[in-house]
Amino acid sequence: MSTQATDMVHDEHDDHGPAKGIGRWLFSTNHKDIGTMYLVFSLVMLFIGGSMAFVVRAELFQPGLQLVEPEFFNQMITMHGLIMVFGAVMPAFVGLANWMLPMMIGAPDMALPRLNNLSFWLLPFAFTMMIGTLFMDGGGPNFGWTFYAPLSTTYAPPSVTFFIFAIHMMGASSIMGAINVIVTIMNMRAPGMTYFKMPMFCWTWLITAFLLIAVMPVLAGVVTMMLMDIHFGTAFFDAGGGGDPVLFQHVFWFFGHPEVYIMILPSFGVVSHVIPAFSRKKLFGYNSMVYAIIAIAILSFVVWAHHMFTVGMPFAGELFFMYTTMLIAIPTGVKIFNWISTMFRGSMTFETPMLYSIGFVILFTIGGLSGIMLALAPVDMVYQDTYFVVAHFHYVLVPGAIFGIFAAVYFWLPKWTGKMYDEGLAKLHFWVSFIGLNLTFFPMHFVGLAGMPRRIPDYPLQFADFNMVVSLGAFLFGASQLIFVYVLIKTLRSGEKAEQLPWDGAEGLEWTLPTPAPYHSFPTPPKVD
Amino acid sequence: MDSHEHYYIPEPSKWPIVCAVGLFFTLGGLGMILFNMTAGIDDLWGQIFFMLGAAIMVYMFTGWFGAVIEESMSNLYSDQLSVSFRKGMSWFIFSEVMFFAAFFGVLFYVRVLSVPWLAGEGDKGMAHMLWPDFTATWPLLNNPNSEQFGTPKGVIDPWHIPLINTILLVSSSVTLTLAHHALKAGKRGVIKAYMVITLLLGFTFVGLQISEYIEAYQQLDLTLSTGIYASTFFLLTGFHGAHVTIGCIMLTTMFIRILKGHFSADDHFAFEASAWYWHFVDVVWLLLFMLVYVF
Repeated sequence: MSTQATDMVHDEHDDHGPAKGIGRWLFSTNHKDIGTMYLVFSLVMLFIGGSMAFVVRAELFQPGLQLVEPEFFNQMITMHGLIMVFGAVMPAFVGLANWMLPMMIGAPDMALPRLNNLSFWLLPFAFTMMIGTLFMDGGGPNFGWTFYAPLSTTYAPPSVTFFIFAIHMMGASSIMGAINVIVTIMNMRAPGMTYFKMPMFCWTWLITAFLLIAVMPVLAGVVTMMLMDIHFGTAFFDAGGGGDPVLFQHVFWFFGHPEVYIMILPSFGVVSHVIPAFSRKKLFGYNSMVYAIIAIAILSFVVWAHHMFTVGMPFAGELFFMYTTMLIAIPTGVKIFNWISTMFRGSMTFETPMLYSIGFVILFTIGGLSGIMLALAPVDMVYQDTYFVVAHFHYVLVPGAIFGIFAAVYFWLPKWTGKMYDEGLAKLHFWVSFIGLNLTFFPMHFVGLAGMPRRIPDYPLQFADFNMVVSLGAFLFGASQLIFVYVLIKTLRSGEKAEQLPWDGAEGLEWTLPTPAPYHSFPTPPKVD
Repeated sequence: MDSHEHYYIPEPSKWPIVCAVGLFFTLGGLGMILFNMTAGIDDLWGQIFFMLGAAIMVYMFTGWFGAVIEESMSNLYSDQLSVSFRKGMSWFIFSEVMFFAAFFGVLFYVRVLSVPWLAGEGDKGMAHMLWPDFTATWPLLNNPNSEQFGTPKGVIDPWHIPLINTILLVSSSVTLTLAHHALKAGKRGVIKAYMVITLLLGFTFVGLQISEYIEAYQQLDLTLSTGIYASTFFLLTGFHGAHVTIGCIMLTTMFIRILKGHFSADDHFAFEASAWYWHFVDVVWLLLFMLVYVF
C-alpha cells in the first residue's frame, strides 16, 4: 500500500471544501456529509424508538394496567420495532458505508453522489409520515412491526394508508442506497484491489446491498397488496375471496428474513476490522469469512417460514425450514471461531471498540444459540410469541447490530473528526450498556420459557419480579446512551488531537489518509499491491 | 488516459431534495385522499397536495434528467462513470425483477396451494370447513364468500387482445433492437424510422390494454373486487402496463434526443438503458401471457 495517497489529497483538482450554511446538507453530493446525516438521523431515531421502549417497560414494570391504554401500548410496541429496524439500525449502517467505503477502496466518493443524497433525504420525510400517524384519528399502526394481515388490513386503523406509503418511501431509499453501494464497490475500487483483497467491511456491505436490492421490492409488493386489499376490494389476504392471510406472512418473511441479515452483516464486517486491529494479528481466515458471509446470504432466502411454524404449514414445509435454518449455524460458527482464533495468542489491548467487539462476539453467540432452540419446529410451538423470542432477537440485534455500530463509531471517530474521544467515559458507556442490556434481555428468557406472551400490556403476578428487573435494566441501558451522546459532544468540542493512525494494529487504506480525513477522500486512486 | 483520474463528482444539487419533497407531497396527498375515501369524504386538501406533489415530480424529473443530459453532452463523464451508470441500471432492473417475482410468487401460492386447500385438497385441506360448498377452479370465478366478492361472467380470452398484444410487444423489441443497430452504424434516418415504429407498437399496446380493462369491467363484471383471480390478474397486468407506459415515456425521450442529434455510435448509454428496460418489460409480458392468460 502506497503512502503517496497522503500527498495527493492536496492535489488542486477537486480540492474544494464544503459549501457554507444549510445548503451543504440539503444539496450535498459528498459521501462524508451524507454519511454524517445518516448517522445523526439514526441517533435521533434511536432515542425516539428507545423512548417508546421506555413507555412499554414502564407499563410492564408492575402487573396490572397503570400508565397507558392497551391500545396505545400496541402502538408503542409497533412503532418501537419499526423505528429501530428502519430508522435506527439500517440508516446507521448506510451512514457507516457512506463514510467508510470510498476511504476503504480508495475512491474519491460514492459512485452516484446525487442518488446518495436522495436516498438519505427520503428518510426524514418517510419517518415524518410514519410518526405522524400517531396523531391521527384512530391512532398509529398497532399491529406489531410485522404487520400481519388481517390485523393490518381488515382491522387496521385508518392511518395504515400513511404507514404503507412511509414503507414505500423507506424501501425506495434502501434500494437506491444499496444500488449506490454495490456500484461503488464493483466499479470504484483502486487499481489492484481485487475482490479478495477488499476489506471485510466492503465484503459484508456488498452482500448486504445485494440482499437489499433483492428483498426490498418484495416488501414494496406486500404493502402494495395490503393497500389494494384495504382500499380497492382485492382478496389477496382474505380467504373469502380465495386469498390467504398466511400468504401475507410468506411474502413478508421472504423479505423479513434476509432483512435480519441486512441488519447484522455490516456489524460482522466492523468486528472483523476491530478484532484484528486490537489483537495485532491478521484476521484468522479471510477467505473462510467471505465464503461464510456468502453462504449466510444464500441461506437467508430459504429459511423464511421458520417464523411461521405455528401458523399451519404442510409437514414437509416445517421440516424443510427447520433443517435449512439449522444449517445457518454452520457459517455463523465459522465466523465466531474466526474471531476467537484471531484473538488467540494476539497481543490484545482493550480499548472501547475492542470491548464492544468482544461483547458482540459473546452476546451475539447467546442470541445465536437461542436461535437454534427456536429453529426446532416442535419446541417452537411452545416458544412462539413468548418473551423467549423477544429475548432472542434482542440478543442478536442490540449487542449484535447496535454494538457493532458503537464499535465502528469509536474505532473510526478519530479518523472522522481528527479528535480522540474520552477513553474513560467511553468505557463507562460500554460497561453500563453491557450490564443494562443483560439485565434487560436475559431475564426475558426465563419469563418467556415460563409462558409470558409478548406484546401484551399486562401479566400474571408470577412474572412480576423478573419484569421489574427487566424494566430497571432497560432504563439503565437507555440512560447509558446519554453517556454516548456526551462522549460525542465532548470529542467534537474538546477532544485531543488524534494521530493519523490512532490504533497501532489497524490496517487499511482509510488510515493512510490524513486525520481528519479530507473532504474528498482519494481524488487520485492509490495503488494497491 | 486512465479513466480513474477524473471521476466526475457533481456539484451540490437541489434535485434530490426536490424529489424527496415531491414524493412526500404525492404520497401524502394520495394517503389523505384514500384516508378520507374510507370515511366517505371528498378530500380537497388531499387532491391539492397530490397535484402539487405530482407537479414537483414532473419538474424534478425534467430538471434532473436535463442536468444529466447537459453534463453528458459536455463530455464531463469518464468511461468509469459510464460503467457506474450501466451497473446502476442493471441493478435497478434486478430490483424490478424481484418486484414482479413477488407477485408471480403470490400467483403460484394461490393457484397451487391455498385455493386447493380451501376446497379440501392437500395437506391443509381442513380449511374446507370454512365454506363446505366451495370447489376449486382456476380461473376462480365462484368465490368462497360470494356475498362479499362478486362473481364475474368470465375471464379475458387469451387468443384475442392478449395475443395481439404479445405480437405487438415482441415486434417492438425487435424494432428497438434494429434501431439500436442503426444507431451503432450511424444511420440516423433508419433509427428514426424504427423508433417511430417501436413507439407506435408500444402505445398501441397500452391502448389495447386499456380497452381490455374496459371490456373486463363492463362486459365480464371482472373487477378488482371479484376475488383472488381478479386481484392477481389486475395487479400483475396493471403493474406491467404501468411499466410499459414508463418505458414508452423513456423511449419517447430517446426519440426526441435522437431528433435533436444526440448520441454517437459508441456513446449512447441513455438509449441502451431504455432499451434494456423495454426488453425487461417484454420478458415480463411473455411470462404474464403464459401464466396469467393462457394457463
